[in-house]
Amino acid sequence: MDLAVVAKEIKKDDLLQMYYYLRLTRTLEERITALYRQGRIMGGVYTSHGMEAIAVGYASALERDDIIAPYHRDMGAFLIRGITPGEVIAQYLGKRTGPTKGKDGNVHIGDLKRGVIGFVSHLADNLPVATGAALAFKMRGESRVVITNTGDGGTSRGDFHEALNFASVRKLPVVFFCNNNQYAYSTPLHLQMAIRDVVERAKAYAMPGEIVDGNDVAEVYLAAKRAIQRARSGEGPTFIEAKTMRMHGHSEHDSAKYVPRELLEEWKKRDPIMKAEQMLKQLGYGDKATLKEIEERVKKEVEAGVEFAEQSPLPEGREVLDGVFATEDEVQP
Amino acid sequence: MTTAAAQEVTYLEAISQALDEEMARDERVFLMGEDIGPYGGAFRITEGFQKKYGEWRVLDTPLSESGFVGAAIGAAMMGMRPVVEMQFADFISCAFDQITEVAAKNHYRWGAAVPMVIRAPFGGGVHGGPFHSECPEGWFFHSPGLKIVAPSTPYDAKGLLKAAIRDPNPVIYFEHKFLYRRIKAVLPQEDFIVPIGKAEVKRTGGDITVVTYGATVHLALEAAELLVKEGIDLEIVDLRTLIPLDKETIFASVRKTSKAIMLHEDNKTGGIGAEIAALLAEECFDCLDGPILRIAAPDTPVPFSTPLEEYFLPKVGDIVAAARKLAAY
Ligand SMILES: Cc1ncc(C[n+]2csc(CCOP(=O)(O)OP(=O)(O)O)c2C)c(N)n1
Repeated sequence: MDLAVVAKEIKKDDLLQMYYYLRLTRTLEERITALYRQGRIMGGVYTSHGMEAIAVGYASALERDDIIAPYHRDMGAFLIRGITPGEVIAQYLGKRTGPTKGKDGNVHIGDLKRGVIGFVSHLADNLPVATGAALAFKMRGESRVVITNTGDGGTSRGDFHEALNFASVRKLPVVFFCNNNQYAYSTPLHLQMAIRDVVERAKAYAMPGEIVDGNDVAEVYLAAKRAIQRARSGEGPTFIEAKTMRMHGHSEHDSAKYVPRELLEEWKKRDPIMKAEQMLKQLGYGDKATLKEIEERVKKEVEAGVEFAEQSPLPEGREVLDGVFATEDEVQP
Repeated sequence: MTTAAAQEVTYLEAISQALDEEMARDERVFLMGEDIGPYGGAFRITEGFQKKYGEWRVLDTPLSESGFVGAAIGAAMMGMRPVVEMQFADFISCAFDQITEVAAKNHYRWGAAVPMVIRAPFGGGVHGGPFHSECPEGWFFHSPGLKIVAPSTPYDAKGLLKAAIRDPNPVIYFEHKFLYRRIKAVLPQEDFIVPIGKAEVKRTGGDITVVTYGATVHLALEAAELLVKEGIDLEIVDLRTLIPLDKETIFASVRKTSKAIMLHEDNKTGGIGAEIAALLAEECFDCLDGPILRIAAPDTPVPFSTPLEEYFLPKVGDIVAAARKLAAY
């Protein structure tokens, strides 16, 4: 189907904004990778290079009061929720101005005020948590929804299945995304599961499932919109498999020699940013000047972020002792 | 409260009352677990609750400990106050990951409060065998970010559960199955809590301190009655809360008596008694007049058959023997 025809349903400003976030994600992650290569980042760097359209697409479809429980390749979702590039870089550098104040690293970013449930390394652990947030909304009769994401590897965990089952039994307002980038670290999909499409997993829970082109931001956005609409109207959860390809190593230390080069060459032609540009041009929204302006703006914002993060203080050693327990005033109202 | 004045309630009824009163007081409080709805729970603690509070506040879950503990975490972070029932504490292992990696760490990592309670019926003496009699508190004792309580009386059971529900942190509430219908008390009519983090001296005595919690508190009290005839006067410190540990009360008692016995039903190696013994060695070495002794279950799973389980569980005689040995120093 012609991309532009599908995307006609989306407002011009929304599409341009998604393009901006695609660009911001790419530029920010490239900058973080560069910092990593300079040895200025200690922990792991997991990027969404080539997969930016998934997080940008689903997070753009949400309303302000909704919640996300993202996984480790969802940078775009953080940015859309209002986490700034400066905060992200501060987080990577272990600075006190990062969302975890140096307690945790990389994309382990959480902030309930901005509707972000922090990722935990144990893959799929946040899926039951996302269903619980949705349960709270349903119990209180609020029309808020939760979107959560996982990799194809994460869908083999028991917690994935426990979450889908519970959400479906109780018709909770939650949308499950799966970023199927075909590899879990070095494990290819056919050694991860005996089925061909991850979406088949949803059948066991009587959950409607859908496959989308994960490299097409408009398609992801529209699928998310439909699922969110279902969730908000009390019809329960939806499963969306976004097919894509991991274009970098599992983390930046990994050269990913186990991925056939031809496969990467093929997927390179489907780069989500390139695709979005073509779509904008076809629709007559993306003249050179507009796109150039976005590119320049994004670069400036990322550089300002680096500046902010570098000038931010590191925490002091004894702050390690702070925050093991919460106080009453920190509980959500 | 429906109980008439001066009527005795069991430990189990005390738990039930606490849940009922907290649900009535605060509509954010809701219950989740297997078979807790129309059936009323494996031990009937929530009997009649679903009728009173509805299907969503007394929520029957699929058989899915990790899934529903995770869901409780999510709901708690959104401002609810979930109380999760483990049908038996043993099955908490299925939710271990959610408890230690998500609930325990979220506030430390990114400031999200997780105000939830996990009720875990634990302990032996009921012929439950290896999968229905465990004391898993040691697994969590080592995981910062959780609070752990283990009441020994109806008063503490009610007061600690209320405190746990009102606490802004994840609290694991270990309720001892052996005590459910065996221990009774008259409870105050008015609302009360037992503060988390405070041990209680359940019996004062000048000769030897016994540090314990849960069902073994009652063994220690029995032993004390026997020993007093021999002129040995036990002081019994009931921890009530395991995390945060009330070190002050323990140290004050041992500084007074100069002798200490650690007593618990959990396996000996790596148990809570081991930690307290180490703390005493660090902090109270100068005032000790004898070795710190430990009485605990052997390092085996909990067995099924009566003679095996009897051998396994700590007994009054063990306490008497240990006290005599210490008194001789
Ligand atoms: C429970 C668990 N086991 C192992 C790991 C180590 N690990 C981190 S990422 C990863 C692969 C993840 O693959 P997938 O879920 O497909 O996501 P992707 O990284 O491919 O986007 C592994 C094995 C982990 N984080 N959690």
